[in-house]
Amino acid sequence: MVKFNRFTLDNGLRVIVHEDSTTPMAVVNILYDVGSRDENPEQTGFAHLFEHLMFGGSVNIPNYDGPLQKVGGENNAFTSNDITNYYITLPSANLETAFWLESDRMLSLAFSEESLEVQRKVVIEEFKQRYLNQPYGDVWLRLRPMVYKKHPYLWDTIGKNIEHIADAKIEDVKAFFKKHYNPQNAIMVVGGDVKLEQVKELAQKWFGPIPAGEKYTRNLPQEPQQHEVRRETITAKVPVNDVYIALQMPGRREKEFYAVELISDILSRGNSSRMYRNLVKDKQLFSEVHAYVFGSLDKGMFVLEGKPTEGVTIEQAEAALWEEVELLKTHEVPADELTKVQNKTESTMIFSEMSLLDKAMNLAYYELLGDANLFNNETEKFLAVTPAQIKEEANKLFRKDNSSTLIYLAEQTND
Amino acid sequence: MTNTLNRTLAPEFRAIENINLLRPEKKSLANGSEIFCFNSGDQELVRIEWIFNNLRFDPAKPLLNMAANTMLTDGTASLTAAEIADKIDFYGAFLSVDYGFEQSLVTLYSLTKHLDKTLPVVKDILTNSIFPQKELETFIRNQQQKLQVSLQKNDVVARRTFNKALYGDTIYGLTAEVETYNTLQREDLLVHYEQMYQPSNCTVIIAGKVEQKALDLLAATFESEWKNQPAAADITQPKVNHAAEHFYFVEKPEALQSAIRMGLPFINREHSDFPAVQVLNTVLGGYFGSRLMNNIREDKGYTYGIGSGITSYKQGGALFIATEVGADVCKAATVEIEKEINLLKTELIPDDELALVRNYMLGSLLGSLENVFSHADKFKNLYFSGLDYAYYDRYTQIVKTVTADELLKLANQYLNFDQFYKVIVGKY
Repeated sequence: MVKFNRFTLDNGLRVIVHEDSTTPMAVVNILYDVGSRDENPEQTGFAHLFEHLMFGGSVNIPNYDGPLQKVGGENNAFTSNDITNYYITLPSANLETAFWLESDRMLSLAFSEESLEVQRKVVIEEFKQRYLNQPYGDVWLRLRPMVYKKHPYLWDTIGKNIEHIADAKIEDVKAFFKKHYNPQNAIMVVGGDVKLEQVKELAQKWFGPIPAGEKYTRNLPQEPQQHEVRRETITAKVPVNDVYIALQMPGRREKEFYAVELISDILSRGNSSRMYRNLVKDKQLFSEVHAYVFGSLDKGMFVLEGKPTEGVTIEQAEAALWEEVELLKTHEVPADELTKVQNKTESTMIFSEMSLLDKAMNLAYYELLGDANLFNNETEKFLAVTPAQIKEEANKLFRKDNSSTLIYLAEQTND
Repeated sequence: MTNTLNRTLAPEFRAIENINLLRPEKKSLANGSEIFCFNSGDQELVRIEWIFNNLRFDPAKPLLNMAANTMLTDGTASLTAAEIADKIDFYGAFLSVDYGFEQSLVTLYSLTKHLDKTLPVVKDILTNSIFPQKELETFIRNQQQKLQVSLQKNDVVARRTFNKALYGDTIYGLTAEVETYNTLQREDLLVHYEQMYQPSNCTVIIAGKVEQKALDLLAATFESEWKNQPAAADITQPKVNHAAEHFYFVEKPEALQSAIRMGLPFINREHSDFPAVQVLNTVLGGYFGSRLMNNIREDKGYTYGIGSGITSYKQGGALFIATEVGADVCKAATVEIEKEINLLKTELIPDDELALVRNYMLGSLLGSLENVFSHADKFKNLYFSGLDYAYYDRYTQIVKTVTADELLKLANQYLNFDQFYKVIVGKY
């Protein structure tokens, strides 16, 4: 149970305070309600590039990192398809420094051409390092446009291609800031060795004067339900074959989400999971196999993935994956097995309360989902899932005409 | 009121005065294993680690330490791998094995209320493992396939090449090839297991909400039926020899980026200069605002990230710099790295920068003490380096007071670029 208080400033900034006196540290986590799904299809990768630019100096403070490091603080940020999240950890005695820095960059950035120039290069190197220069690194660049035909989830947060990043202009950066970076589109969580009254005062002092800005109204094309088998096979410079099967699944706020996530746990969480035991250990068809979900706010992806062992054909590998999921459609999962994955979910939630930063990030995210207190009710929802619901969701999910299959074939070499 | 707010001025701040580390209570079991206990926290859970020193490295059977550890969860005389996984997962616990160069660990995360169900499983794998032949074959095949994937990654190849050059034919320098896995034999694993996983070679660290009941249960489960072997574990290691060749280029004609790893043998945590050279390392490449990051990422845009670090092992440490840079700017990047190292040797670190690094390091130490587990981790650093808590007092003292003059001297003493081992994987 994570306790917190909440208030909203006149300009619309939502603030959540979580007091935790067991630590000498404080965290300030700011979630902006903008992700790569909000990008122009001709300027993809922008939300993430923008995240980099948020560290390039703000209107009154030329350097963001230096002053924070000087007071013993650390920070980082990440961008997903749905959100952009910035966080600071620092000794609680220096909490005000975080308010000073974060409020100034919410007020306005420096918009320096030089910083844009360098961050374009850095992000292009990131693109190469993580997506192009790694075996299977381009998987999401290939699979997303198979699963999504209309919804902007069809591109990855890094962007569709390097050119979109290389072409970014300072006017685009300014327009993006104006549209998304204002108090109405942000949720701030302050946690750790802090007091509610202190946070109220600091929030009013530093964030209160920031203009509310314009409210961004999201109106994204929704992805129609899939009714066709999609597949692609590529020969690539990879050491072993790899099979990916992606299926459309309910969004994060749908009530069906909980059963679907537990399905992924039944299939592949830990060494007692079905796919690991049957396909890796007993039948030895795969060297590794995984099932996982993308808990996206709009329609998500459920992914089955496996690297077949030598001598196993792609057809055999695919058939084996489908055989496992067929079982979930035809037979109710035994009560003990469901209890097992539910217990694991429950203990994971308790373990996550050991980390202040995790708690702060979760409170911000659940507030975005509608109410920070959903974080505290999450376990119950997983515990309430029944074997019948698992079967029902498996039947909706695991249809061939809901699948996008991507096969990597290892290029044959002569050495 | 708001018009008086001057946003160009930083708020006042306070430097970190002292850092309080939790210290463990020590207990010994009759069978010789030692237990260190950190009791703190509100959540009804514990983390228990069983830590074993690795056995002496045998170049003819180089994978035994790793394989014996990794396969501990693959079956005992009474439980199959599947049953072990079932029992642990059912109670929402996490059981992991972790192989390191010097120690191998078995770690259990468990809700306190389920310890009576989860501890016996750990006892079983520590006393009764049988390394089934079929599991061994699966292990070998899957490891070989994973290795093939890793070997396609330039940073992995660079790290292996670097370690081999620095540490030679030892547990630290091991670069297993696909064939190396074929040296694994079940009989060897059984002998290795028996010698290594005995109470006199085991240190137990328990952290979390540790009630007396949990400690009693731990003692009752492990004390009586876990016996020492007639011979103590041989935990000595062959002497490390550094290679004569200092430059390695592994060409990948189609690489978009090149991995660079360079560095040299270095002092370890036990050396009195260690805290001060950590300050030097932080300035160079130990944090986001470091000189390497500022120059090579933030100024030139050659890379997504670059950093430096110091590893500390019993036989000495290493200082290393690692990055992946655009293939076309690889040479330029190495020139900049050399420039930054020489700068540390010729110019005093400015006061502002040094003040920033001091505060950053202390804040980072304070921030790393997130919960009781992190306090236990700090203790592990000390205990396995043969140090005590005075180390952290001295560390914080030196971080606060070391002067730019002293750092300049240390840079000249320890950072000779001509002695660096340099590894490039990709294009050069």
